[in-house]
Amino acid sequence: MRWFGRPNKKPLWQDEFSVFTADERYVSRRQLTKFLTLTSFSMFVGNAWILLRAWLHKSPSYTARPVGKADEIAVGSATTFQYPGPDSPCILVRTGADSYAAYSQVCTHLSCAVYYSPERNRLECPCHNGAFSVADGSVLQGPPQRPLPRVVIERQGETLVALRVESGGQV
Amino acid sequence: MFGMEFYVDPSRCIGCQSCLQACEECETHRGYSMIQFDFVDRRESTATAAYVCWHCDDPTCAQVCPADAIKKYDDGIVGSSLKPRCIACSNCVLACPFGIPKLMAPQEQMMKCDMCYDRTSAGKRPMCATVCPSQALAYVRPEQIARDRREKPVNTFYFGNQKITTKVFMMTPADEDSVSIDVADYTWENADALVRQTQ
Repeated sequence: MRWFGRPNKKPLWQDEFSVFTADERYVSRRQLTKFLTLTSFSMFVGNAWILLRAWLHKSPSYTARPVGKADEIAVGSATTFQYPGPDSPCILVRTGADSYAAYSQVCTHLSCAVYYSPERNRLECPCHNGAFSVADGSVLQGPPQRPLPRVVIERQGETLVALRVESGGQV
Repeated sequence: MFGMEFYVDPSRCIGCQSCLQACEECETHRGYSMIQFDFVDRRESTATAAYVCWHCDDPTCAQVCPADAIKKYDDGIVGSSLKPRCIACSNCVLACPFGIPKLMAPQEQMMKCDMCYDRTSAGKRPMCATVCPSQALAYVRPEQIARDRREKPVNTFYFGNQKITTKVFMMTPADEDSVSIDVADYTWENADALVRQTQ
């Protein structure tokens, strides 16, 4: 356990407050000022970058894609699909004979997969008991702060087509 | 620093006290001399000795300072106490084997020779060494001392069992390698014993 102890035999106070200026480990006033200046400058640059990115941000474009047949799922049940890419799982709920609701399946809290609970008619996350409304994806309970992103679904004949993803909006 | 070393030779001191005056001229402690000036044995002789801080390699004054006010700089100089830190506890005054630190009561601060750090760190000689007419306090290159003096510069001192090596050199007889001082020889108890013996 030698590695655990301090290698120096000197008492701690002597090590920390050395008589010799060469062994001092003080932070001088100048060093502190330099640190504060550089840190606040980098914070400023970081904030400016975030602001700039927000200004220049373009909303992504989505391509419409068929995600399933209209009568594939029964009323009051759900299925999953991937949209816009194969890495983005979404959940599609048939809420009525002719009404469908689709949301990202990724919980906005810690990215667990949400599932549809027909008994309570809501989307639930099993990880931390979060729940989202089927009507608009808003948070009903639990730790999530943001609503689920909504996938706009359009029925074209017998085919359900995902048109775009709308962000969950504000808190 | 800049190849120069400080040499103290009390045998050359003529007691002119120029060093005290020069030291007082310093901007950093105007009016207060940091030179130690002693009459060696005033009743028997006119001999005097002037000396400066010895700037120990492991300074006892700094080791005992509870406020971390005395620092040894990279070039070997032990500085005077730092004003914002010194608490005037006089630990250093009691601990220094050479008796160098002085507690300045008006300032509530210990002050001692810092070998005119403002001058020597810029390549100039300390005030005392510039004025000493007999060069009892000399700030010169080692080659020059070896060439000009018969005495041997020594920077090892023994105070009983405490061995101290210093930055400043004491000029000693050529066959001496160290200066050994037994403080007990100078205590009042012994003096009393001598007095009692003679009575």
